[in-house]
Amino acid sequence: MEFVKAFVVGGIICTIGQILIDKTKLTPARILVLFVVIGVALSLMGIYKPLVDFAGAGATIPLTGFGYSLAKGAAEGVAKYGLFGALTGGLTATAAGISAVIVFGYLFAVMFKSKLK
Amino acid sequence: MTKKIGAQTIQFETPPFIISTGCVVGKKEGEGPLGSYFDQIVEDEYCGEKSWESAESKLQTMAFQKTLNKHGLRNQDIDYMFAGDLLNQCVGTHYGTRDTNIPFFGIFGACSTMVEGLSLSSIMIDGGFAVNVAALTSSHFCSAEKQFRFPLEYGGQRTPTSQWTVTGSGCAIVSKNGPGPKITHATVGKIVDMGINDANNMGSAMAPAAFDTIITHFNDTGRDASYYDLVITGDLGITGSDILHDLFKKETGGSELNNHKDCGVLIFDAEKQDVHSGGSGCACCASVFCGYLYNQLTTGKLSKILLVATGALMNTMTLQQGETIPSIAHAVAIEM
Repeated sequence: MEFVKAFVVGGIICTIGQILIDKTKLTPARILVLFVVIGVALSLMGIYKPLVDFAGAGATIPLTGFGYSLAKGAAEGVAKYGLFGALTGGLTATAAGISAVIVFGYLFAVMFKSKLK
Repeated sequence: MTKKIGAQTIQFETPPFIISTGCVVGKKEGEGPLGSYFDQIVEDEYCGEKSWESAESKLQTMAFQKTLNKHGLRNQDIDYMFAGDLLNQCVGTHYGTRDTNIPFFGIFGACSTMVEGLSLSSIMIDGGFAVNVAALTSSHFCSAEKQFRFPLEYGGQRTPTSQWTVTGSGCAIVSKNGPGPKITHATVGKIVDMGINDANNMGSAMAPAAFDTIITHFNDTGRDASYYDLVITGDLGITGSDILHDLFKKETGGSELNNHKDCGVLIFDAEKQDVHSGGSGCACCASVFCGYLYNQLTTGKLSKILLVATGALMNTMTLQQGETIPSIAHAVAIEM
């Protein structure tokens, strides 16, 4: 059942992205930033947490989930270190994702040569 | 005594001949509907080189050599060369032609480069400054995506109006002496900007420029579309072609632009090859002209064509700053 939930919620989020690409003039880069910011905003309003509880990876893997982690991390940082934590908390919470991108990006760039699709 | 007629058109006194053409294209282009008309299809998108940019240069070198070989010409037979491409500072051309030892004029007309080159070559020859002049251009999907949109590795989604940059190169030798199709007129385009700022919708940005040049050509020469077997635009694609037809209808009080086709629509099978709105890039018009159209002219299947190459003259910096896309279209009338 949790697979179905993750599939449906993740799928809906990605469908919104596809509609934005097809029907608006937004570039992929702008949609990317938009999704992260929306994730932060929804977390702030307390809407994203219930969605994560419901759909698990279906809500945390899409870009909005990155925004959610940033917001959550910043809030935790503030609770722990005061206002300074607002600056460090977000990055701390997302450090695994960011480091993984750099490490794997580098590794695969070394291993493979880019080609036409 | 000037050879200019009307507002923007040159009527050549002694129309120069296109004596030889050559083109080399990539695998995807070779698999398209016009595949059999190209001189060579390169399977490896790197062309055996280390980078996309070097690959594009190599395509130019190959297309140029093919064009010379077909007519038994040597480098020293070519008096001047007009060439350009899409890469910053036209490096695809500069590295691709650096060993030719031919007096060189670099030109930038984006995707209109082929016709800009043909026009300038014809002016050189009709002016009595040269016997043989080469017009050469290229584009490469991978180097163009990298420069203008996103690196391929990013794997971004393509929008419905986006076009597929043609990988290839085309070259034509314009000469004082025949035989071959003749360039009788050149209508030099003006820059037209209708306020489109979407880099994924070049066809719409360029359609008004194509319309402007075509209508001016008709007014200057007293001809209309029915005079030509084919009015062929460079890379408006499906989206841009529709806009051109609408503009033509609106401005001429309902008459259709007959005999019109677009190289960007012809070169790929939009459905099967997933190219969205069609082909684009300098090599789109260049390879379709140097391959398919030149063949149709010399085999008598076409006898009069108006070749209208369109170009989008922005760069990535101006787009990021929110600027709109200035566009241009140059036309040459080619007749047997």
